Amino acid sequence: MDLKNKRIIALGERDGVQGSAIARCAESAGAEVVLEVTHCFV
Amino acid sequence: MNDNKHPVILGVRYFLAHTPGLVRHGSKPSRDLLAKPALWPSLSSHLRSYQDAVAYPPHQAFLGAIYPDELENLPKPWYKNAGPDYGLDSRWNPHGEIMPEEEFYALLKLADDFDLVWLEEDFSKEAALAWADHPLIDDSDIKKLGAGVPISAIEAQTNDPAVALPLQLRNGRLIGCVSRAHQQDATLTPDVLLENLACKSSAAMAFRTLLSSYGPDAANIDYVINSGEEAVGERYQRGGGNLGKAVAEMCGCVNATGADVKAFCSGPVHALIMAGALVNAGVFKNVAVVAGCSLAKLGMKYEGHLSLDQPVLEDVLAGMAVLVSADDGVSPRLRLDSVGRHSVGAGASQQAIFKCLVSEPLERLGLRYQDIDKYATELHNPELTEPSGSGNVPLLNYRLIAGMATLEDQLDKEDISKFVERHGMPGFSPTQGHIASAVSFLGHAWDKIAAGEMERAMFLAKGSLFLGRMTQLSDGLSFILERNQG
Repeated sequence: MDLKNKRIIALGERDGVQGSAIARCAESAGAEVVLEVTHCFV
Repeated sequence: MNDNKHPVILGVRYFLAHTPGLVRHGSKPSRDLLAKPALWPSLSSHLRSYQDAVAYPPHQAFLGAIYPDELENLPKPWYKNAGPDYGLDSRWNPHGEIMPEEEFYALLKLADDFDLVWLEEDFSKEAALAWADHPLIDDSDIKKLGAGVPISAIEAQTNDPAVALPLQLRNGRLIGCVSRAHQQDATLTPDVLLENLACKSSAAMAFRTLLSSYGPDAANIDYVINSGEEAVGERYQRGGGNLGKAVAEMCGCVNATGADVKAFCSGPVHALIMAGALVNAGVFKNVAVVAGCSLAKLGMKYEGHLSLDQPVLEDVLAGMAVLVSADDGVSPRLRLDSVGRHSVGAGASQQAIFKCLVSEPLERLGLRYQDIDKYATELHNPELTEPSGSGNVPLLNYRLIAGMATLEDQLDKEDISKFVERHGMPGFSPTQGHIASAVSFLGHAWDKIAAGEMERAMFLAKGSLFLGRMTQLSDGLSFILERNQG
């Protein structure tokens, strides 16, 4: 998937992939991160 | 640091209270019931009986009746294959008791020094009778229950939910209420006070169980660190504390003071390391780490449970108490020379977190992944979390640890499942946040290490700091408990 010039919302999970990690990956692929959130499901 | 000098853990005890009547006051159910009162018949019809909660295999594992690994041998779902068929149906267990809700309500009254909790007259008599044979309740405790108040007074007091919250049994019987402590203080409302009193009560019962099991005399406890998640305070200092000292008082520790340590779910591991450091430095000889329950988490995932027509399994409150002392040459040692910490600059990826919490502490001691007999990580019971889509959290963490071992060429990829099976365990803890986070295995590890059946265990806890909106970071801390070589 080409993420260049796309806007993304990064929804992460503490015991999985955290929001900030998803956001950095998306940014490095050229996306604009408009929101990053990490949740804890326990 | 002198490598030969390590604090020890003298003992560990737990406490469970089965509180189906309080499920309606859990954060999620209370919000949903306010928006949709018609939800109540469905929710209330899925609340478990006390007998079912006692015989629930994960509760029996939590209280030390069976080793967590043994849960894998019991047919699932565990709630349908409860303990009586396997001899698991006792209130009193090696690591503590599971108390019925009637007695827990009486415990709230015992913890209350400000006439916030009212219990109905007949109920007070019933509670006093029920407590007559309790080994950790004495005459002065029963006296504090008092004569109770007329039901008409409780009904009048609970007319306005801002004034008082009703206390009801599973069957709906109104038996008391918790009142606000101030008309204009949002930190002293009935719901906040109920959470804090429940936290105090459950921590105190775990601590009383510990003191009765191990000694030393309560008067010999120097310091009590509370590591529960509740914020005790008032409007000018919302999380001011100090529940540690309040619990010490309730347990007769007349020579102790204490403090609260806050770090979300990793609070108890932070507190244990601080306790060990205080002992090692010679500041105090006997330091207790206690943690009370999280009432807000009752019924947290009830929607998933109802969708599968299974009981609302988050119906228990948990407490824990651990005694840390100077090396006695016998008890399991807390290794302070290789504590793992997820530092601010470490990064948020799982690889970065587990490097900090597992790889680096092992490397410092010249140990390999397989040298840790058991890893205690997030130990939430998957039967509680999977119906709501939260997955099997312990398994996820064990696969990550095994993955790290593989990355570091200490484990073949095809042996990951075997590693998880041998060095991990099924989740068995109620979803009580900080208590589910690693430390619910401490009692089992203590038993095995003291009996010479285990060399060492690692405890790694994670805290979701981002939930408080002060940082995007999470937190994590780990320590190793090992056999005392004398």
